[in-house]
Parts: sequence; structure tokens; C-alpha cells
Amino acid sequence: MTPGMTLLGPALGLSAILFSLGVAGVVLRRNAIVLFVCIELMLNAVNLTFVALAQLHGASGQIMVFFVMTVAAAEAAVGLAIILAIFRHKQSVDLQNINLLRG
Amino acid sequence: MTSWVWLAVALPLAGFLVNGALSLRRPDAKGVVSLVGAGVSVAAFLVSLGVFAELVARPPEHAAIVRLWSWLPVGTLQVDLAFQVDQLSAVMLLVVTGVGSLIHLFSVGYMREDPGYARYFAYLNLFIVFMLVLVLGSSLPVMFIGWEGVGLCSYLLIGFWFSDKANADAGKKAFIMNRIGDSGFMIAMFLVWRAFGALDFATIDSRAADVLVPGGAIVTAITLFLFLGCTGKSAQIPLYTWLPDAMAGPTPVSALIHAATMVTAGVYLVARTNVLFAMAPVSSTVVAGIGAVTALFAATIGLRQYDIKRVLAYSTVSQLGYMFLGVGTGVYATGIFHLVTHAFFKALLFLGSGSVIHAMHHAYHATHAHEDAQDMRNMGGLKRYMPWTFWLMTIATLAIAGIPPFSGFFSKDEILAMAFARGADLPVYYLFYGLGVLAALLTAFYMARLMAMTFLGENRTGERERAHLHDAPWIMTGPLVVLGVLSAVGGALNLPEVFGGHQALEHWLEPVTAPAAAFTRLEVPHGATEYYLIGAAVLIGIVGLVAGWRATLARPIPTARAAPPERGLALVLNRKYYIDELYDTIVVRPVVWLSRAVLWRGVDQGVVDGAAVNGMARLSQGLGWLGSRLQTGQVGVYVVLFLVGALWVLGAVIR
Repeated sequence: MTPGMTLLGPALGLSAILFSLGVAGVVLRRNAIVLFVCIELMLNAVNLTFVALAQLHGASGQIMVFFVMTVAAAEAAVGLAIILAIFRHKQSVDLQNINLLRG
Repeated sequence: MTSWVWLAVALPLAGFLVNGALSLRRPDAKGVVSLVGAGVSVAAFLVSLGVFAELVARPPEHAAIVRLWSWLPVGTLQVDLAFQVDQLSAVMLLVVTGVGSLIHLFSVGYMREDPGYARYFAYLNLFIVFMLVLVLGSSLPVMFIGWEGVGLCSYLLIGFWFSDKANADAGKKAFIMNRIGDSGFMIAMFLVWRAFGALDFATIDSRAADVLVPGGAIVTAITLFLFLGCTGKSAQIPLYTWLPDAMAGPTPVSALIHAATMVTAGVYLVARTNVLFAMAPVSSTVVAGIGAVTALFAATIGLRQYDIKRVLAYSTVSQLGYMFLGVGTGVYATGIFHLVTHAFFKALLFLGSGSVIHAMHHAYHATHAHEDAQDMRNMGGLKRYMPWTFWLMTIATLAIAGIPPFSGFFSKDEILAMAFARGADLPVYYLFYGLGVLAALLTAFYMARLMAMTFLGENRTGERERAHLHDAPWIMTGPLVVLGVLSAVGGALNLPEVFGGHQALEHWLEPVTAPAAAFTRLEVPHGATEYYLIGAAVLIGIVGLVAGWRATLARPIPTARAAPPERGLALVLNRKYYIDELYDTIVVRPVVWLSRAVLWRGVDQGVVDGAAVNGMARLSQGLGWLGSRLQTGQVGVYVVLFLVGALWVLGAVIR
């Protein structure tokens, strides 16, 4: 048992808490920026899980984290651009006002 | 030659296709149209002659069946498209193609100036096709093709000048009344199928005695339904009212379809299924009774009509009644005999009236007068201007009035004599005989009236028009001459023994009528009775002619415009006993009301359009609206749903 493994349980627990916070934020908050931050939070919670479990399963988990960070960076660029465009159009980033796809 | 009989059908069919194409592409190519139209008809006549000659040379024991192809192979029901060549169909072949050819030739002159010339000949050729299918069909369904086809051609030709609404309506009336009768024909076919398991005439003839009980309910029902079909096609009470209206068509059409051939199809049908009628005495009595009553009823209406073609139309209804009296009496060959002689003299009368109308029309056309060219009150004294037409129509008049030695005398006299003979078994036939004799008197009367009003006395056409009246050109008068000769000597076909003949037509048809002869056997009355019957018939004809002639010319006849309104019985007869009005009130109006109020507004617009079509649309619209309520456009709601779903799937996987 390596010293790091004693930290596995707390690491997974922290990851679960962070992920839940992210989900709650996405569901409950209406500001697009906050929503965006919450999504980042969920991604990083998953990253933490990957890193923690990499000790058991080898380096592939850590490599996956790099992929996730790359995607998150790209997502940040695209997502912020969309939010910016919406704001220019509606003078607001409140998601309740953005309901063009209502049935 | 017998196996080539299909050529008689195929040639007019080719003529129809060529003329039909020409009427669409080159309506002015009248030379080609005349050549093709009349040519195929004459060619069909030559084929018929060949078939007939072979039958004479080698009289077959059984009818020759010319099988073309299998038409309806359905389980145990096998219907071939086949033609039956025997003595009866050969006679009909000759009449249809012979009289048909003459009328085609007449039409070349009569319709020359009509813009629909090619269309006219296309229809006329098509009619010959279907009429030949009708008489040649070897089974009830094949006959039914022709039966319906001639109805179609009749409709097309009655409404030939369809731009006038009255003509189009007359066509519809004929078509619809025939449909009523045709339903009877179809029910009869179903019953025959149930009883025999087959529909061809050979099977019916050979197995009727084993399958059916003489006088039983089934055979009575079959024959009565068949006769319902006959009343429609052959214009008998109660379905006769379409025939007088059918005179809206061109006059040669009236001669060919509505006098000589199509309307006699009912008589042919009864003669063709003679074994069934012989086994159903009740039906035969009904046939004879309807025939006798129709003969008298139509003759009374003919007394007071002024349109020359209408008189002849009611005369046709009346003469068809005689034919049914004949076949109902059980003398099928005699009914066919009258059919043949009637085809000659009635075609002659119609074509003669066509010549008269042609001349009158031209006279009024030349002076731009708007008078009725068919009203006999506008004619009079035409004998001076149209001697050929007058003398030829006189022959036909003497024939229809039953004056010997003209053809109608022999056939009509034989029908009446046989009805009288039948009275010995069934006294009700004495009544039918009486009705027939009375009708013969009226026939002679109205024909004398027609001839006197048209050809004798002073001319009432008008001073300026008179110069334009003249006989028709030879292409029209020629066929009249041929028909005149046939009307005069046609009686020789079946000259009875008392006049030195040996009833050639009756013996010729014996193989066809043999199945019926097993059930009923009638002998011509001989000796004093026969002379009395002949004497009475001749006397009645002469009395009727003289009375009609004297009564018509007794007083000056006012022209159609100057005529005072009819009163009393004359008005009732002139208005045809108000039968049309009666039918209109009790049938047409309720049906129209039912169609509009219930079937159209209620069933079609309410149930079909409203409940079914629009109902389905509204239902799917409503379901779609419900579904669209889920799409709020709020991303949060979607996320919640997504989350719930994801957790649910996750939970399911883990467990």
C-alpha cells in the first residue's frame, strides 16, 4: 500500500462533492456565466477522479486528464464566445430569457 | 368461316379506334372517316354473310363455341371470352350488321355537315362492336359486356349534341333507367351461378331440366330478374320513359339503336334463355302481360304526339311490347321474327323521318326561320316535294299496320294468333290477345295520322320555305330503298303454311328453341279459327288506317305556333299520362333530396369529411399540442430531466 493510496478515499469524496456542486449550480442558477463555471467545476471533479485512480490503473488516467483539459479549454473559448454573442443580442445572460426553442 | 367470326367484332373495333383518333387529331378528314366508318360495318356484314352461309351449308347439331381467351378464371367459376355461333346469333348478326351498314351509309349523308362527324362515326362503330358482343356472347357475363357497352354508346349518342342541356339530360335518363334494369340482370346472373355453378348458355340449356324444378321459385326468380333487365333495355313498363326522350340524338341513331337493334336486346335475351322462361310459366305470363299492356299503352300515347320522331318512339315501345307478348307466349321464333321485320320497317320509318327532318331543317335554315323542323303540324303535303320518301314510308306504314303481304302482317298476326291459341290453356292470354288487337288498331291509326299530317293535305311549312323542300341525296335514299324492299318482302322469311310457305325462320331456329319446346308445345290454330284470326287482323289494320287518315284530314291542321292548347283526354295523351311527372315526384325528387340532405350534407360532409378526415387531423394536432407543452425552451428544465434520466439509467445499470 503506497502512501498515496490512503488519500484515495478522501480524493474520491472531494471529487463527488465538487461534481454535485457543479450539477446543483447548473440546475439551480440562471446566469450563463455561473452555469459555465459550474460546468468547469464538474469537468475538474472528473479530472480529480482520473488522477486519483491513476495510481491503481497506470498512467492512462493521467493522460485522459490532458485530453479533458484540452477539451475544456476549447469549450471555454467556444462557450464564452456564444455567451458573448447572446449578450450582444439580448443585453442579458439570464437563461430564463433565452427560450427561443419553446414548443 | 365460323372460327373467323371474331373479325366481325374486330373490324368495327378497328374502325372505332381509327375514327376516334381522327376525331381528336383530324376532325375534318370526312372522306377517310366515311370510308372507314361505313367500310368496317359493310365488312362486318360480309363476315356475317360468310358465317351464315356456312351455317346454311352445314347446319350444326350444337352451337359452335369460338373461344378467344380465358376471361374470369376464379376458383370453380370459369368464364371464357367466347362467341357462340348458332342459328339465333347468326340471324341477329345479319340484322345488326345489315341494318347497321345501311344506317352507316345513310349517316354519311345525314351527318355530313356536323362538326362532330368523326366522333359520330367512332361512336357508331363502337356500338356495332358491343352489339355484336351482345348477340355473340356465349355466356351471360360476356353478353353483359355487350349489354352494358351498347348502353354506353346509347348514352354517348343520345347526348351527341351535349351542348344543349336537354340532350345531355336525355342521355343521363336513358343511362340511369338502364342501370335499374341492369341490376336485375346481375341478380339473375348470381342466381344462375348458384343454381348451375356455370354461366354459359350451353350449360343452362343442357342442365336446366336436371337442376331446376319447373315452375319452382328459383327459376321464376331468375326469369323475373332477367325480365327486369329487359324492361330497362327494351323500354317496357315501368322503365320505358327513357326511349321517347332518347330521340334527342341524331335520327340515324334513333333508327339503329333505339328502334332496330339495341332495344330488341331484351327480346333476344328471353329467346336466348328460352328454356328458363319455358320452365317458369308465371314469369312467361308476366312477360306476355307486360308486353301486351305496353303495346296498348304506348300506342295510345302515340295517338296524340306531334313530334314525328316521338310518334315513332312510342310506336317502337309498342312494337317491342308485341315482341314480348310473343316470347312470353312461348313462341320464341315468332318473337324473333317480329324483331327482324320490325328492324326493317322501323329503321325505314326512322330514316324516312330523318329525310323529312333533313329537308325541313334545310328549308328553315335557308330562310333563317326558327320553326320546329320535327313538328308534324309544320309539315303537310310533303308528298309533292319528297315522292321517294313518301312511297317508301308508305310501304313501312302498311307493314307496321299489318296489311298483307307486307312483312309486319305476318309477324304480328302470328304473335296474336299464338297468344289466342295459348288462351285455350291459360284464359288470361285471351285478354292479352284482346289488348294486342286493340293496340294493332291504334297502331294503324297513329301511323295513318303520321303519314297524313306529314305527306298529305296542304303544305304548312311556309311560302318561302317550300322552294327548298326536296328528297334527300342518293346516299340517304339508297338505304331507304333497300329497307323498303326488305319491309315489303320480309314476311317471306317465315311465311306460314296457310299462305304456301313452310315457316322457314321457325324451322331454322328450332335447334335453339328445342330446350323450351320440351316444356311447351304450341300449334298454330288451323282451319276456320285461323281464317277468322287473319281476317280480323287485316280488317283491324284497314279500319285503323282509314280512320286515322280520315280523322286527320277532316279538319285543317293549324301550324305548331297557331295550334290551340290541348284539352281533356287529348291533353292527357299529349302529356303521356303524366308518367314522367309522376316518376319525378315519387322517385327523382326523393332521391335528389336524399342525396343532397342526407348523403351529401349528412354522410359525406358530416361523417366522411367531418368525423373521419378532419377528425383524424384534429386528433393528431391535439396530441402534438400536448407534446409541445414539454418543450419549454428553459435549459434548466431540460437539464433536470436529463439528470433524472441519467440517474435512472445509472441506477438500473448498477443494480
